Amino acid sequence: MQDIFSIFQYSFFTNALIAGLLTSILAGIAGTYIVSRKIVFISGGITHASFGGIGLAYFLGLNPFLGAAVFAILSAVGIEWTTNKANIREDSAIAILWSLGMAIGIIFVFLTPGYAPNLMSFLFGNILTVSTTDILYMLVLCIIVCICIVVFYRPILYTAFDAEYAKTTHLNTTLIKYITAIFVALTIVFSIRIAGIILVLSLFTIPQATASIFTHDFKKMIFLSIGIGFIGISTGLIGSYYFNLPSGAIIIFTLILIWALIKAGEKIRNLINADNP
Amino acid sequence: MNSLITLSNINAGYMANKPVIKNIHLDVKANDFIGIIGPNGGGKSTLLKVILGLIAPYSGSILYKGTSDHTNINIGYLPQINANDKSFPIKVIDVVLSGLMGSKGFFGRYTKEEKTEALRLLQFVKLDQHANNAIGKLSGGQMQRVYLCRAIINNPEVLILDEPNNFVDKHFEAELYELLQELNKRMAILLVSHDIGTISSFIKTIACVNEELHYHNSNKISSEILQTYSCPIELISHGKVPHRVLHNH
Repeated sequence: MQDIFSIFQYSFFTNALIAGLLTSILAGIAGTYIVSRKIVFISGGITHASFGGIGLAYFLGLNPFLGAAVFAILSAVGIEWTTNKANIREDSAIAILWSLGMAIGIIFVFLTPGYAPNLMSFLFGNILTVSTTDILYMLVLCIIVCICIVVFYRPILYTAFDAEYAKTTHLNTTLIKYITAIFVALTIVFSIRIAGIILVLSLFTIPQATASIFTHDFKKMIFLSIGIGFIGISTGLIGSYYFNLPSGAIIIFTLILIWALIKAGEKIRNLINADNP
Repeated sequence: MNSLITLSNINAGYMANKPVIKNIHLDVKANDFIGIIGPNGGGKSTLLKVILGLIAPYSGSILYKGTSDHTNINIGYLPQINANDKSFPIKVIDVVLSGLMGSKGFFGRYTKEEKTEALRLLQFVKLDQHANNAIGKLSGGQMQRVYLCRAIINNPEVLILDEPNNFVDKHFEAELYELLQELNKRMAILLVSHDIGTISSFIKTIACVNEELHYHNSNKISSEILQTYSCPIELISHGKVPHRVLHNH
């Protein structure tokens, strides 16, 4: 028991835990929106396209997350625009963007002289390297997202549920769609630190899958997802420290384990209930 | 009487140079009850989307109470059910309340009275006990009744119904038509249906869309009307309405 508390002596661990909490909140809100609107694939496209920005920023000697944020926002807005205007299959457009971003990223990383040591942490995440500055950025984004979802809860919910209908009530659904797309993009980029490009979307979908076993209400799903996400992230963090394994992978593994246990529990309960009516 | 919605010379569609509907003229006045019929692919849904401001026409003009501003009129809309809706985590009562969203704006909050009104409407369509359930737990017919509540909660001036008799359970059908006649005293109704037989007894005018639109100031569907305007529909109905089957012609 003493061991568990002793790891809090290290500031990197406390930082990681705070970052984990902020990520759980961001992913709980944005993930519920993504899952409800069935835009997980779009979000995957945005995530991978952001790698292009990381590569370019490396090449130019800028902050990689700035590059990632710019690429993610541009692709999110681009996808929203494409689906509204151009005559192209949406899934094909996403696949093009997905691979184009990765290709640009790889090209620039290769063009950059010297070795890019942190590249692995962008692909797989490393929550233990989160700095105080990172936490500050995340905190600001987190506060903005929380205020937005509280103040604009119903317009966002109704546009996500039935945008065409919402438009007939004179709601400016186009504006809402673009703004939410930008926030989803930013949320994803800020969570790449934790789980990496390849695994990050699990933080936005697995807690929601677990939460949907208990509720079918948008608001409750947000709160439950935040809770489940934080349990997964903190358990994963401790596990990664003790077993000396990559944090992102352990976090995802923990989240899936929680989902599987609860899903199994639900099945067993249903079986028992069916036997004793 | 003043016109609520006036369409003149409308051409619209989804791909340039391929209009789905052509030269449409339509005038909706207060207390009108217009039944729009026509074959599948004839442009019924496209016409509705133009009226609702969801797609812009290639040419022609739409006036809402004399102005081109789409926000000048309060329209209630009952769309066809979208399979995607089933899995969305939203409560039935919130779906009904979303009908008020446009008048609320971005910062809107709901009052107790509005929530009571939503519950009253749900009670009328016999779904009040489902108010706090997820929309996906309902059957197709029940969902459509919820959407009807959503369409009328804001007391629209024009109510637009897209195939309302597609899903409505047989035992609710009579109540639905009674309700529509009651609502018609307060609002104009535009009803799209491929099965006009059951509703023809109380609609006031019939318009047939098959690329172009033809308008009849009567609710009597005769074979001459259908032949003249080439509306290939089948009519099968019972009771007071003439019993007749027409084939494509």
